[in-house]
Amino acid sequence: MNVACKIQAVGVRKEYEVSRKGGDRILALDGVDLEVHAGEFLAILGPSGCGKSTFLNIAAGLERSSAGEIRIDGQHVEGPGPDRAMCFQDHVLFPWKTVWENVEFGLRVRGLGRKERAAIVAHYLGLVGLSKFANQYPHELSGGMRQRCALARTFALDAATLLMDEPFASVDAQTRNILQEEILRIWDQGAGPRKTVVYVTHSIEEAVFLADRVAVMTARPGRVLGVFDVPLYRPRNDETRSDSFFRDLVVHLWKVIRDQVERIS
Amino acid sequence: MGESEGVVYRIGRFLILPLLAVAAWWIVSKVGGFNPVLFPAPDAVASALYNLGASGALWVHISTSVKRVLVGFGLASALALPLGLLLGLYRPLEAFCDGLLSVLRPIPPFAWIPLAILWFGIGDGSTQFVVLYAAFWPILLNTIAGVRDIDRSLLKAASSIGSRGLSLFVHVIVPGSLPLVLTGLRIGLGIAWMSIVAAELVAAQSGLGFMIMFYRSLFITENVIVGMLAIGVLGYLMDRLMRAIEKRLMPWRPGLKV
Ligand SMILES: Nc1ncnc2c1ncn2[C@@H]1O[C@H](COP(=O)(O)OP(=O)(O)OP(=O)(O)O)[C@@H](O)[C@H]1O
Ligand SMILES: [Mg+2]
Repeated sequence: MNVACKIQAVGVRKEYEVSRKGGDRILALDGVDLEVHAGEFLAILGPSGCGKSTFLNIAAGLERSSAGEIRIDGQHVEGPGPDRAMCFQDHVLFPWKTVWENVEFGLRVRGLGRKERAAIVAHYLGLVGLSKFANQYPHELSGGMRQRCALARTFALDAATLLMDEPFASVDAQTRNILQEEILRIWDQGAGPRKTVVYVTHSIEEAVFLADRVAVMTARPGRVLGVFDVPLYRPRNDETRSDSFFRDLVVHLWKVIRDQVERIS
Repeated sequence: MGESEGVVYRIGRFLILPLLAVAAWWIVSKVGGFNPVLFPAPDAVASALYNLGASGALWVHISTSVKRVLVGFGLASALALPLGLLLGLYRPLEAFCDGLLSVLRPIPPFAWIPLAILWFGIGDGSTQFVVLYAAFWPILLNTIAGVRDIDRSLLKAASSIGSRGLSLFVHVIVPGSLPLVLTGLRIGLGIAWMSIVAAELVAAQSGLGFMIMFYRSLFITENVIVGMLAIGVLGYLMDRLMRAIEKRLMPWRPGLKV
């Protein structure tokens, strides 16, 4: 069974030291256990501040857990690696790089040749509808465009594991629907084996629409409350959204999450 | 905002106050009945400017001062930029150097003049040393702050992409610290210019600072004022040049877009 296990989180705990005088520590994650299968699309839902970004950061190797560990392909995560690509919540683009250069940067780091880079960058910019804006700087883009640029940057890396932190938070609803299907297409039909995706979102609909399974987290300190299967057919499209089974799942998850949200408010 | 305004309008707006100031100066000097040695009229200054320019003396002093500033400022940059990057990147190293730097920094550049004269003699060496010392600090401190100020999430993003070492330095650290580095260079150049004049008052036999001191001792005040005006105009031009370079080097800065 463990053969198919791509990401394994065991008792992941994260405590933040608060620099403020007299401030105590903040416990962000309190023993997260989670398994993500290879090729699986897993969504994580949870109330704000429950440690979802923290979890992704640890999986990406950008932060260390205070206790417990995350293993990827059975290996303890030591640091960032080319097997993983992270799409950040606040779409952190380099302000001094154009849209094109932002997407290209990771490919440069990986040592790809100029022509190869150009082909890949052009492809993914086209995919997110930013071809016309290739030479603009991030400050000249709207929030949604920046997020799409960050998305293109993540896809262009062609990593086996995608860690995505609310990538569509500031994209308008129509574009979001289109991009959701686009993500599924890239995940599903890309060359080689399916990518493993861990996708953090606030939207239950989005989680259900995209994922094979949805992990729901408790309010801070975050733990995994439960993991729910989404047995909807693929490919998923607009019809999926109006499916009554889809709606039932959304309502069911909402009931589970509501409890947690009420705990923090 | 400024883009819709015409060039003529902008130049006019820029010149109107200086012209009024000259007019007021002229009226006061004509009506006030002051001793022209203590308070020369603008027309006397204008003809002094013409004479000094025509004889070539003014250009010699200007080029001497400018050359000293460029040498001192260039050396200051060559020392402060790498040191600032190093201290910005490695906190323990900064803590290690902090004691020495904190004691040296409050010593005004001009307090070094006596020693500088002993070490380098009167002239280029001692004045350039004072300029170097004066320009060094703003460049160093701004470079350190520039490196420190780089958005942590950008460093995270770079690291998640796999950028490390030289790639991180070239693609993230340098452009990320550039805004403050350039500010430091601009302030450094301004201070260099002020300190060269001060240093030349005592530690040189040439340059604009020497020139105003020299004509003061001869009581030729028009020439003193010509020297002062030259200092002002050149300082202004240097600042404009630095700002133009900033715009050039940082097309991504929203506020700086031409
Ligand atoms: N660098 C940090 N220093 C101190 N505390 C932090 C830091 N980063 C996160 N935290 C704290 O850890 C908790 C979890 O933060 P995290 O960003 O992981 O939440 P999240 O689930 O992603 O929230 P959201 O849905 O709002 O993005 C929060 O309470 C936050 O205050
Ligand atoms: Mg988050």
